[in-house]
Amino acid sequence: MDAERCVGSGMCVLTVGEVFDQRQGDGKAIVLRPEPPVETRDAVREAVDLCPAAAIFLSTDRRH
Amino acid sequence: MGDPLHTVTTLPTARQPGCPFDPPAELIDTRRHGPISRYTFPGGKPGWLITGYDLVRSVLADSRFSSRKELMLHPTIDYGDIEVPPAPPGEFLHMDDPQHRRYRKPLMGKFTVRRMRLLTERVEQITADHLDAMEQAGPPTDLVTAFAKPIPAIMICELLGVPYQDRGSFQEQVGSFMNGETSDEDLIAAYTATQEYLAELVAAKRANPTDDVLSDLTDSDLTDEELKGISLLLLAAGLDTTANMLALGTFALLQNPEQLAALRADPALADRAVEELLRYLSVAKTFMRTALEDVELGGQTVKAGSPVILSYNTANRDPERFADPHALDLHRQDGGHLAFGHGIHQCLGQQLARVEMRVAFPALVNRFPTLRLAVPAGEVALRPEIADIYGVKSLPVTWDA
Ligand code: SF4
Repeated sequence: MDAERCVGSGMCVLTVGEVFDQRQGDGKAIVLRPEPPVETRDAVREAVDLCPAAAIFLSTDRRH
Repeated sequence: MGDPLHTVTTLPTARQPGCPFDPPAELIDTRRHGPISRYTFPGGKPGWLITGYDLVRSVLADSRFSSRKELMLHPTIDYGDIEVPPAPPGEFLHMDDPQHRRYRKPLMGKFTVRRMRLLTERVEQITADHLDAMEQAGPPTDLVTAFAKPIPAIMICELLGVPYQDRGSFQEQVGSFMNGETSDEDLIAAYTATQEYLAELVAAKRANPTDDVLSDLTDSDLTDEELKGISLLLLAAGLDTTANMLALGTFALLQNPEQLAALRADPALADRAVEELLRYLSVAKTFMRTALEDVELGGQTVKAGSPVILSYNTANRDPERFADPHALDLHRQDGGHLAFGHGIHQCLGQQLARVEMRVAFPALVNRFPTLRLAVPAGEVALRPEIADIYGVKSLPVTWDA
């Protein structure tokens, strides 16, 4: 998550609320589950694609 | 790719009779020629018209395209050599970063998914109040004044802290500079009155902060002038767009009875239905950008300084992105419509708009199972194409009382 780029649209929270949330103060997205459960993978991919600011990055590296 | 480059010299001024929900036929035809066309602006300046989904989205995400007001050229009116001033302080829709960011940042925390969801109950209450009033007054009624306008107006006024007694006159002023039909003189008068009102409101909040977004913002380093600009933008955005979605959306549902029945039968369909109505209607239909440098786009070179028209409504009907794009299908699975834009300017109030629509549409159609148009569909008065936001002027409806 690149908090610098995030414009607080909430698209990621709307798409996968289990994985993303927004900070109360500044509305920036936060990652609740850096290793999203398998069943949310498709939705996470969709969130990456929908993010208007290209602020979310998906790593296939298993350690991330 | 094979098609020769299409050139458009005038933008359509009307929709096909009988197709109030579809973009003008000429624009759909332009998309058919390819996602990017040349467009000659009035006055002769060459520019571009982007009608395809992928290209519209990529321009919106590209910081080489500017939103600065002083660089914009009006798509249909030739203002000659008049120099357009930069956007007034606070009106960040027409600014680039870092100025844009300075204003958007303090607002982001106020419009989060979570905060907006907390407003659901309040929206339900306001919606129920208006449905009660409709029921009591009995059919027929104009859905725009009885339902579509007041719900978003009350919500945005409460969020910003516009006192209740000021809302009527305020809404009228904002409405008159959004409808695309006000004379220049009245437009300036309405705009000035709104500006003056907001200046007073900002001063009042600074003196006596209350529990609302505007009062919260007085606690930042933003000046009164800037707060006035921000409020103007939020109000104009929050009042007119959702109101038009609610009224035009109801019209679209009434014209698609099997879709309406599906929504009535399945409350869980509401979220998806709202996204589909947003895509299908795209009431905010065009936005402008200007290239800051030469950019390769869809096989063409958009030269630095070139104005670009982004057609959201054809992008959201792009057959390469949405199967059977001209059908209203509330069960549609593919997301990613551009109704709220994309990139750094993507609608800040979108989660509020979603909550309002997710509550209001089902509540309306379930309260009045026999809801129908009170006039033939062809007689419903539509806004002219030149209005920034598309919609109906009024929507006469009736039901079995
Ligand atoms: S979708 Fe992107 S811009 Fe929107 S809140 Fe999430 S990270 Fe931020």
